[in-house]
Amino acid sequence: MSVDGNGDVIDVEAAAQADGSSAPDGTPLLAVDHLRVLFPIKAGTVVNRKIGYVHAVDDVTFVLNEGETLGIVGESGCGKTTLIRTLVRLVDSTGGTIRFRGADITNADRKDLQPIRREMQMVFQDPQASLNPRKRINQIIATPLRIRGVPKDRFEAETRGLLDKVGLQPEHLNRFPHEFSGGQRQRIGIARALAVEPKLILLDEPVSALDVSIQAQVINLLDKLQDDLHLSYVFVAHDLGVVRHVSDRIIVMYLGKLMEISPAEELYTKPIHPYTSALLGAIPIPDPNENRARERTMLTGEPPNPINPPTGCRFHTRCPFATEICSTAEPPLTQYANGHLAACHHPQHVTASEVVGAVRSEASPLSAGEDRPVT
Amino acid sequence: MSSGVQTPSADGYLLGVEDLKVSFRTEDGVVRAVDGVSFGIKPGEVVAIVGESGSGKSVTAMTLMGLTRSPNATFEGRALFDGRDLISATDEELRKVRGGGIAMVFQDPMSSLDPVQRIGKQIVEQIRAHDKNISKAQAYDRAAELMERVGVPRARERLRSYPHEFSGGMRQRVMIAMALSNDPRLLLADEPTTALDVTIQAQILDELRQLRDATGAAIILVTHDLGVVADIADRIVVMYAGRVVEQGTLDEIFYDPQHPYTWGLLGSIARIDRDRSQRLPAIPGLPPSLLRPPEGCHFRPRCPHAFDRCTQVPELKSRLADAPDHLDRCWLEPERKRALRVVGDQIGLASEQAVIS
Repeated sequence: MSVDGNGDVIDVEAAAQADGSSAPDGTPLLAVDHLRVLFPIKAGTVVNRKIGYVHAVDDVTFVLNEGETLGIVGESGCGKTTLIRTLVRLVDSTGGTIRFRGADITNADRKDLQPIRREMQMVFQDPQASLNPRKRINQIIATPLRIRGVPKDRFEAETRGLLDKVGLQPEHLNRFPHEFSGGQRQRIGIARALAVEPKLILLDEPVSALDVSIQAQVINLLDKLQDDLHLSYVFVAHDLGVVRHVSDRIIVMYLGKLMEISPAEELYTKPIHPYTSALLGAIPIPDPNENRARERTMLTGEPPNPINPPTGCRFHTRCPFATEICSTAEPPLTQYANGHLAACHHPQHVTASEVVGAVRSEASPLSAGEDRPVT
Repeated sequence: MSSGVQTPSADGYLLGVEDLKVSFRTEDGVVRAVDGVSFGIKPGEVVAIVGESGSGKSVTAMTLMGLTRSPNATFEGRALFDGRDLISATDEELRKVRGGGIAMVFQDPMSSLDPVQRIGKQIVEQIRAHDKNISKAQAYDRAAELMERVGVPRARERLRSYPHEFSGGMRQRVMIAMALSNDPRLLLADEPTTALDVTIQAQILDELRQLRDATGAAIILVTHDLGVVADIADRIVVMYAGRVVEQGTLDEIFYDPQHPYTWGLLGSIARIDRDRSQRLPAIPGLPPSLLRPPEGCHFRPRCPHAFDRCTQVPELKSRLADAPDHLDRCWLEPERKRALRVVGDQIGLASEQAVIS
């Protein structure tokens, strides 16, 4: 699903100004380069001392192309939510760069960000908490319309159009958020994001608070909107079934590090990183026979503390394949066929020749070694 | 599986729920939260109660423990545990059953532990509440033993920890340890893994399975996750808008589901082992308000297969000659159901259009 790159001419120029270069065609919509987000931990009542850092996102590199859906999965505390909040600049990064259509927005100020925020919208996990309870739906949706510069007399028609797009009725316009069910509220959140006609929507667990039958409705809606409006999505979720259903490519994160990036389908048939295998194995399949037949690797223990992450590969403390090297050297991201990347010294589901043909990826963390993976 | 278990009531059931109804009077009217729930559970069995928010699954579980008793609540029906009716039992009688015969594990392990008490003290309190003869030291020994049994490392040391020092998975283990402290014969687990990550969920489910095998206790698992159900349950009770719409064995529900709502549930899941179809066969619409439920079958307004007879409430009974224990509440003929429930090549709820509203 690729769409031509010149969406809104004015915004491309504005974005280009921020970094002084023009955005040539073929530039990815979003390029994230060695991004780090560290949260300081402070102690002391009189003098605030920094006693350590939470390594929330630690040297993450990836790109998102136009019209693509990129899934991000991982357990709680892996940094997936911090990562996408950093992408919309709700959280400031500690290092690395974020480029939107080639323009560096890592340290862009409010004014420079404004045109970019119009193209990049976020939908939050909890639809209850992300809608102002004292505002009616038409007011909630009118704010982004005003920002877009829609004339006041067009508000009503635009809002009706948006509600229609997300499958809500016109009579819902004058209601308050509490009068809606969870699924409907999430549709309002999506309508609000769509109001500024964005190119990219960052979705933070958009369906995890919803019942399965409602989840399916919202996923179908997102799917349809993407086709109709040529949107790109970054879809963060912990549910690997949902992520697989919506994504073109998937990133697996663990303790702030990128473990694997893979075309969506291949991640499930050919997981290279042992952590991915373990995640997949942990999901119960809603089919008794398949569940009984399947061999599952049960992961022991829990994710380590992100304040003091393990040396070497962050997963080595729980990994069934870990050897000496895993605790001493951080594995680089190795690129296999099909743009499938994994950061592991002992890759799974790959043949010896695939390992020989694999190369060290540019996206590897700066602290990673040069070690070749061993089979 | 059921070794070392006392003989249950005469019909072989440890717990028998008969036509349970729970309603709450509110400012807006009477909410019929549970409107006709019947099921039984045998020793050593894992029964899953499946349904979406508002289906009445949690109210059913909490009512069995007497936790929904309040001035605005009315109850009908019976729930026989050991020959004693839990619905009409006095608070004093129920107190003995709770924690002793039946124990409960809640969804949110953080809000069900006291944040200012050490873990050990909380477990010991529970042990001594039901066993007056045990000394404090013995109770601490037992607490450590229980923590070890549910897979808490360095159990004795960690008895001195506070709940905030534990991760979500560890807290849930503590909850299970507390529930086990008085050797319950029935464990009620209300969404025990919903708040946990998948890798931890797998560990907790494994823990529950081992406990069932070791102690012979029966487990009622309240959940919305059909994956979890397929992993652990022996039998399934499907609830919708306060009623049981279908119940049967694991394989019956997954491979020969009789109620359109069950088809919809099975079809809505984005599964990792299936082709990524263009659209998921979602269930259209929303669950009804329990203040004013629709006439007849509660699923009728969302059901694409509804016909005139559906305005009458179908009885919960078996409509299959070869499966007398597979019950459902649907007027459709079984043969017709087998044709209607296939969408593409999978079970799902057919609809005229790709449903997005």
